[in-house]
Amino acid sequence: MNKYNYLKKLHYKILRIRKIELEISKRYSEQKMRCPVHLSIGQESVPVSICENLKKTDEIVTAHRSHAHYLAKGGNLKKMIAELHGKITGCALGRGGSMHLIDNSVNVNAAVPIVGSTIPIGVGKAWANKLKKNNNIVVIFFGDGATEEGVFLESLDFAALHKLKVLFVCENNKYSVYSRLDKRQNSNRKIYRIANSIGVKSLKLKDHDLLNVYKKSKNIINKIRTNDMPFLLEVDTYRLLEHCGPNDDDELFYRPKKEIINWKKNCQVEKYNKFLLRNRILTKKRLLEINENIFKEIDNAFEFSYKSKFPGKEYVYKHVYKKDL
Amino acid sequence: MKREINFSESIKEALEQTLARDKSVIIMGLGVDDPKGVFGTTLNIHKKYRKNVYDLPTSENSFTGFGLGLAISNFKPVIVHQRVEFSLLSIEQIFNQIAKWNYMSGGKVNVPMVIRLIIGKGWGQGPQHSQSLESIFAHIPGLKVVSPSNANDAKGMLISSIKDPDPVIFFEHRWLHAIKDQVPKKYYLTKINKAKIIKKGKDISVISFSYALIECLRAVKFLKKMNINCELIDLRCLRPIDKKTIINSVKKTKKVLIVDNGWTTNGISAEVSSIINENINNKIIVRRIGVYNVPIPSTPSLAKYCYPDDVSITENIIKILKKKISKKIMPQRRKNLDQPDSNFKGPF
Repeated sequence: MNKYNYLKKLHYKILRIRKIELEISKRYSEQKMRCPVHLSIGQESVPVSICENLKKTDEIVTAHRSHAHYLAKGGNLKKMIAELHGKITGCALGRGGSMHLIDNSVNVNAAVPIVGSTIPIGVGKAWANKLKKNNNIVVIFFGDGATEEGVFLESLDFAALHKLKVLFVCENNKYSVYSRLDKRQNSNRKIYRIANSIGVKSLKLKDHDLLNVYKKSKNIINKIRTNDMPFLLEVDTYRLLEHCGPNDDDELFYRPKKEIINWKKNCQVEKYNKFLLRNRILTKKRLLEINENIFKEIDNAFEFSYKSKFPGKEYVYKHVYKKDL
Repeated sequence: MKREINFSESIKEALEQTLARDKSVIIMGLGVDDPKGVFGTTLNIHKKYRKNVYDLPTSENSFTGFGLGLAISNFKPVIVHQRVEFSLLSIEQIFNQIAKWNYMSGGKVNVPMVIRLIIGKGWGQGPQHSQSLESIFAHIPGLKVVSPSNANDAKGMLISSIKDPDPVIFFEHRWLHAIKDQVPKKYYLTKINKAKIIKKGKDISVISFSYALIECLRAVKFLKKMNINCELIDLRCLRPIDKKTIINSVKKTKKVLIVDNGWTTNGISAEVSSIINENINNKIIVRRIGVYNVPIPSTPSLAKYCYPDDVSITENIIKILKKKISKKIMPQRRKNLDQPDSNFKGPF
């Protein structure tokens, strides 16, 4: 069974993140998580499979839809749920909320909602790694919208120029909020080709298959580590819920029905549930146990958060500067 | 005699002496290693510190983000823009990211970083090479903003800014670069939260900063001859502003002229005026002057009206004090107001 261990691990991770996101979606109406949430449901496979190939010392930076990245890299669940509730026990003492999840202990180093803005920050971190002569890789996660920003092109240039160990990961879900890609980019503008033309090697995957992204990114990450070079991986993926919030928004009809149905059929959690059962890598009983354990963990995290305190007034002015003025 | 060097030499000395002690300092900006070396301030530093000086692609917003990435990875970047206006391309990184990083990480990740911004004036710099934008940076919590007016402060304050754990916006006025002052050879720190009383006096407080302070100095020297004793305060630090020094002085003199280095509307002078009004109950006369509230035209025939100079400052002080000085002895406006001094022959 050992040869399937990595597959079981991948499956466990994606299942866990899906359950966490579903629980956030379910409990959002309690009105206790008083911040915008951009749920990763549908898009979990890319962060899960890429982060599985990283070392703890490797770093990631991400954007507004970052729950999956944070968790996949090993971010603390309790601290994340508490952060969403604005509690003092949150990973940023409640000041960041869903859009600023960071956990330096596992090198989730940045998450911001200004589209594209962590791309140069990640490149700066990779530059720091080069100056320090360590072998760490920085993975920068962003969406198709971010590739329309100047910083995307500028950052590719600098990474290529200085041969930085960066993996640019474009999760192309075809929509920037409600705006479809073909309304924003010329059909001849291929994101992965832009990278190529600037001097950054790239690969495009038209499907977000968990195992395939894992295998392809494993090779890419090895190449980056041994050859001192940046790389861009573009993967087509799909968010199943609304851009921001706990529900789906299919009633707005900005996405074709058929497209939604096709991507729902391509759900990586269900696909690998079935795959593992069919190939007897997991038994039904074991899968139920796993589900049960994940549920307990999530429930504990919410309980932890509910019991945690809000930061008091004395925190308002704290940390504007390293030492309070 | 004590050694004298000019402002740009003292900036360079601060950078070199910091680099000698701290290899985590990274000097970066367009042209930092070119044959002019940012008005001499970074000239040839790269020859000795090859791994600490980086010319960059023309990508201001991104390279400010690279700087942030370095700063949160145990480096101390010192970014420079040859004119303030170029930094406007990087406002996103400065305001949204750099200024907020420490706060939004719950105090876990601070940003030790300096951004040097050079203000232009005269010689037809025109609308986009002559803005004094201190107040928009000083508006943002999380940033520290300093603006030394002489070579001595420039060195000590730059060293302090680089050592500071927070992001510091370091304003340099191009017209200060050539002015000499006594500057110790040794490595020294000057606080970046204190104003400085340049001249003591009891008749009126004159509060200014950056190049505008040089014009104030001329006015104050003239008025001294007329037996008018101004207390001249160099703010030096624009965020945080040293309220105590201002309040103590104004309590004594009861009269204030604030000479802004930039536009008055919503400017630093507006802030200083508020500080005075909020902290002193006695009747105080507060007046302010500054750059005309227009874009600065390139032609010297119009630009000369736009800035306060020693003459307009003198006139305003006399008016506040209700004194009269005969026109014959009043200082005359300098002839070439578009040159910092007669040695300056352009172009930039």
